[in-house]
Amino acid sequence: MIGLAAILGEPFLRYAFIAGAAIAVASGLCGYFVVLRSQVFTGDALSHVAFTGALAALAAGADLLIGLYGACVVVALAMAALGARGRADDTVTGIVFAWILGLGALFLSIYTTSAGGSNAVSGVNVLFGTIFGLSAAQAVIDSVVAACVCVVLVVIARPLLFASIDEAVARARSVPVRLLGAVFLGLVGVTAAAATQAVGALLLLGLLAAPAGAAQRLTARPFRGMWLSAAFAVLAVWAGLVIAYAAPNIPPSFGILAIATGTYLAAIALTASRRTA
Amino acid sequence: MSALTSGLSWNLVADIRQLFLFSFMVNAFRAGTIVAVLAGALGWFMVLRRQAFAGHTLAIVSFPGAAGAILLGISAAVGYFAAAIGAALVIASVPRSIGGTARSSESAIIGTVQAFALACGALFVSLYGGFLSGLTNLLFGSFLGISPSQVIVLLAVAGAALAALALIARPLFFATVDPDVAAARGVPVRLLSGLFLVLLGCAAAEVSQITGALLVFALLVMPAATAQLISARPMASFWLTLAIGLTVVWLALAAAYYSVYPVGFFVTTIGFVAYGIAAACRAKAARSSRRRLMAQPAGGIA
Repeated sequence: MIGLAAILGEPFLRYAFIAGAAIAVASGLCGYFVVLRSQVFTGDALSHVAFTGALAALAAGADLLIGLYGACVVVALAMAALGARGRADDTVTGIVFAWILGLGALFLSIYTTSAGGSNAVSGVNVLFGTIFGLSAAQAVIDSVVAACVCVVLVVIARPLLFASIDEAVARARSVPVRLLGAVFLGLVGVTAAAATQAVGALLLLGLLAAPAGAAQRLTARPFRGMWLSAAFAVLAVWAGLVIAYAAPNIPPSFGILAIATGTYLAAIALTASRRTA
Repeated sequence: MSALTSGLSWNLVADIRQLFLFSFMVNAFRAGTIVAVLAGALGWFMVLRRQAFAGHTLAIVSFPGAAGAILLGISAAVGYFAAAIGAALVIASVPRSIGGTARSSESAIIGTVQAFALACGALFVSLYGGFLSGLTNLLFGSFLGISPSQVIVLLAVAGAALAALALIARPLFFATVDPDVAAARGVPVRLLSGLFLVLLGCAAAEVSQITGALLVFALLVMPAATAQLISARPMASFWLTLAIGLTVVWLALAAAYYSVYPVGFFVTTIGFVAYGIAAACRAKAARSSRRRLMAQPAGGIA
């Protein structure tokens, strides 16, 4: 059995636990609204943008974080602007991010051919995450960013909830629906960028969708659902980290996603049996 | 003959002849043609049914399928198809009802399926232990290593999938355009939707062997969306989809041959440019027709 003391004794594990929890709370809270507003596909698109942004920065020789946060926030705001004019539908979203992903493939090939094999590793790291490889500075940045996302989201939670559930009435009551939507997508972009380092660009969708989906199954009350979603996300990250630590063959991203998916399945099974009973 | 393999020149005929000089390129063009037709046909219905998210997820799951097959030591093609069809069945089993809450939980389930499948892919890769170049090929595709036997498998599966699509095309179209009326007329809407997802999974599995798991979606969505912008008539936009798909794939293969950059980048970029042109033309046409309508009372027959 692995003792808690042993886990917290290793600095890289400590960073992973702290940063992982902060990112999980942010993605759990954001994810709740992402699912509520049926914007999971937008989250999917942003996760792919994160990959391209990170590799563009690497290929240009800049810091990975700049590309990551820059690309995610810019594309999130662009999507919000498109959505404000005529609600960008799934097809337009899909076309744009398919092309952005193609650009990512280009940057990957530029980056890997420019300096050989070790670069291929960081390309793969962007895709699948390296939570055990977080440095102290990165862990601090990610935690602070995630905490800011949580604070902003909690502040705008009530009007955002109103705007998400009944847009027309919210607009009539002079809630700034469009501004809220843009701010929210910006927050999702920031969260996507932070989560990319923890679980990877390809997998952060699971951290957005699965805990929130489980929470919405279990409770219809919005604020309870929000915190339940955040709690599920933290549970998934911590349990996934422990699994990955105990079995070195298993990548941490898989542990995290497996727990998140398991939670969702359990929630579905629980509510299904309750409904038939 | 050495002049024939000297790279891009201004002589278009020699350039095109050079493209077909090597058997690997001939195989790539054959496979690309099959894949473009199949992806175009199924993508057309996918765009019409607004199932882009489901299509993207089916495209992605081929990656864990292939990685798992390599880990188990069986043929990658088996893994591609097994994973895609399995995911199609999971998504089809989710009740798809009209209305806000049901739709949001459906998309949460699709998102979870996708992320979990990718996590499985990461696990398989990690268990197999370091085939990094293979990994980028699985994700971003490689058109260089296509064997003649692979082309035959592609052709057989594409033929079967297209035949099945042709059989269900009319009721599927009905069920897509107006599901309520179709259900009232006794069309099995739910069954058709499931069948369509399985076919879409087959197509995604095929295409991902050429373009890689991450870029399949481009071939599914881009030609179809472009064609549906250009024409609102179903048959016209269907054939247009196939034509655009073929053009995109052929141009991308040629461009990739003459450059060092990956074929996926060219496929997505050419497709995106085509869509951009179509969207711009359509916006311009809409503007000029509005102007004509406004000018009509003055210039019309008195």
